Amino acid sequence: MDSLQFFAASRLVIVAGKGGVGKTTVTAVLAHAAADAGLRVLAVELEGKPVLADLLAGSSVEVLTITAPEALAAYLDAHGLKRVSKRLATSGIIDVVATAAPGIDDIVVLGKLKQLEQQPIYDLIVVDGPAAGHAITFLLSARGLLDTVRGGPIRTQAQDVLDMFNDPQRCQVLLVSLPETTPINELIETAYLVEEKVGVQLGPVIINGVDLGEPITVGSDRKPIKPAAREAALVAAAEFRNHRRDNQRAELARLRTDLALAQMVLPQLPVAGIAASDLPALAAALLEQIAMLDP
Amino acid sequence: MTVLDTIVGEAQIIVSCGSGGVGKTTSAAAIALHAARIGRRVVVVTIDPARRLADAFGLSDGLTNEPTRVELAAADASIAAAADTATAGGTAAAGSTAASGGELWAMMLDPSTTFDELVRQYAATPERADRILVNAFYRNVAGALSGTQEYMAAEKLYQLHRDPRFDLVVVDTPPTRNALDFLDAPATLTRFINHRLFRLMMLPARGGMKVLNIAAQPVLRTIGKVVGGDVLADAIAFFQAFEGMETGFRDRADAVSELLHSPATSYVLIASARRDTVEEAQYFAARLTESKLAVAAVVVNRLQPSFGESTAVDAFAAAEKADAGGQTELAVLWRNLGELRALADAEEAVIAPLVASTGEHAIHRVPLLGNDVHDLGGLGDIAGHLFEA
Repeated sequence: MDSLQFFAASRLVIVAGKGGVGKTTVTAVLAHAAADAGLRVLAVELEGKPVLADLLAGSSVEVLTITAPEALAAYLDAHGLKRVSKRLATSGIIDVVATAAPGIDDIVVLGKLKQLEQQPIYDLIVVDGPAAGHAITFLLSARGLLDTVRGGPIRTQAQDVLDMFNDPQRCQVLLVSLPETTPINELIETAYLVEEKVGVQLGPVIINGVDLGEPITVGSDRKPIKPAAREAALVAAAEFRNHRRDNQRAELARLRTDLALAQMVLPQLPVAGIAASDLPALAAALLEQIAMLDP
Repeated sequence: MTVLDTIVGEAQIIVSCGSGGVGKTTSAAAIALHAARIGRRVVVVTIDPARRLADAFGLSDGLTNEPTRVELAAADASIAAAADTATAGGTAAAGSTAASGGELWAMMLDPSTTFDELVRQYAATPERADRILVNAFYRNVAGALSGTQEYMAAEKLYQLHRDPRFDLVVVDTPPTRNALDFLDAPATLTRFINHRLFRLMMLPARGGMKVLNIAAQPVLRTIGKVVGGDVLADAIAFFQAFEGMETGFRDRADAVSELLHSPATSYVLIASARRDTVEEAQYFAARLTESKLAVAAVVVNRLQPSFGESTAVDAFAAAEKADAGGQTELAVLWRNLGELRALADAEEAVIAPLVASTGEHAIHRVPLLGNDVHDLGGLGDIAGHLFEA
């Protein structure tokens, strides 16, 4: 698939996955790759942590933080409820409001994303979504609020967000995981939940940290090196690597069987934690994976 | 003796904390299993709704909000079998037999049920409790209020600590955005209950005002405009029913908070060799120190194992040499060893600040195991890396 075609599929992309699978990294890589393809890109983070901005420093991607209290105040301001927003902004009231109608904090954030999506400023908006447990409640907030709130601006907001979710040309969700048993199981569960309950389009799944490479030959008739301990270390290291790659391949194959979504893999880099300097290589790897997708 | 050996021998409560995806649940389970094997009567509380822990403990019916006994005899058999087939080291703890008197219990926290129990306990009458339990606003507080899960984990820990069946409680903290939420949860809920808005909503019960009149108050009218009148009416009805219970809740939250800050509680930080999880662990360690609490131990999970004594530089040089001599297969072997060693070195560099701040003695390294941990044998394997005794 042509990369521009891939990134033009929907303007808003929400990246979701369990904690620790590299969701923020993948968000940054997607944004970086889209910018490399010549698009105007906005990356959004929702937790007030500076990681995403750090990773994208030095790229043309703009980074924005959206938090619930600010989004709520801005929304009410924009709807002629300035006095209301002042009151609600005073400490803690957002908690009370969010408790009265759970999901309000999520819906104002989604509403802000919807507003960005409708403006022609950016070609692509990539969101570092909440971690898996919260991702489902985050995405379900619109539907939940339509059931509990029977009128007023929040209901309108929820309906607008739901309309956006139901239009694949406006919004899709990309799920991220690692090539290991438990994260893959959770990815499959999340995928079914999102499809059944939210009705939002799922894009290709992205498997992060895959140890690519051919099996290493051990046990041929090569003459062992000396001392024996050194030979044993070489063999043990090769067997360890082969075993892990086999496991990863098996997990990817299982995912292909259990979930009818295209897969993209990102390579494991020989570093403990990704830094801004690693992004160009990962973005290039992602663009290669996109080129291999069916159009 | 590792630091964890001392802790499982002496602590009354062990809290396993760290950011998401670092292996908190698995670490808590391995610690609890070992504690039972040295004779403690231990209950492990998990928050993880996945069946993994129940499966690993051989509890085919799953875990509930009540502790279920794990058959240690079966566990021993399973561990012995695993030890027999284990190829690597690290099964020292698995080889011994359980000390007499040890018991292992496990449960999965159900925050909503735990909250309901508290309401029943503090309500003036059963009728009052029922009115609260069916209220839509209460269901939201119990099910969705941010911090409720953390607070109920702390509450359950408090109950189990006082339960004479157990002398050690191991608790796995919820996967929050911030590991500190757990420590702060009781205070957060107290603040929520004490909010001036809620005091306003509680007025009617005292003054006999009707819901409609309350809803006409300016602040509440404002909120009503945003969320709708029905939602507001539910909230007011909840606070009318809750009237008189705040003190009981507040005192209980204070007691729970005190226990979390007492010497009976040991904090074990869980991290993996990634910069973000290490930073989170360090931040938590600093916060514990601020609260005059000590980090008892640190577990770093899933470390890349190294093979042999050669440095990465030497290994890559040997690969070059083998290539030059036409020994392609040997070159691949050396390069692989060098890559694994380089990654292991990079990981050590990432955890170095954590090691420096807590001291090497507090650090417990668990290597990346060949397979996912999904049974008692796997948990025993991990315990083998955490404990010596």
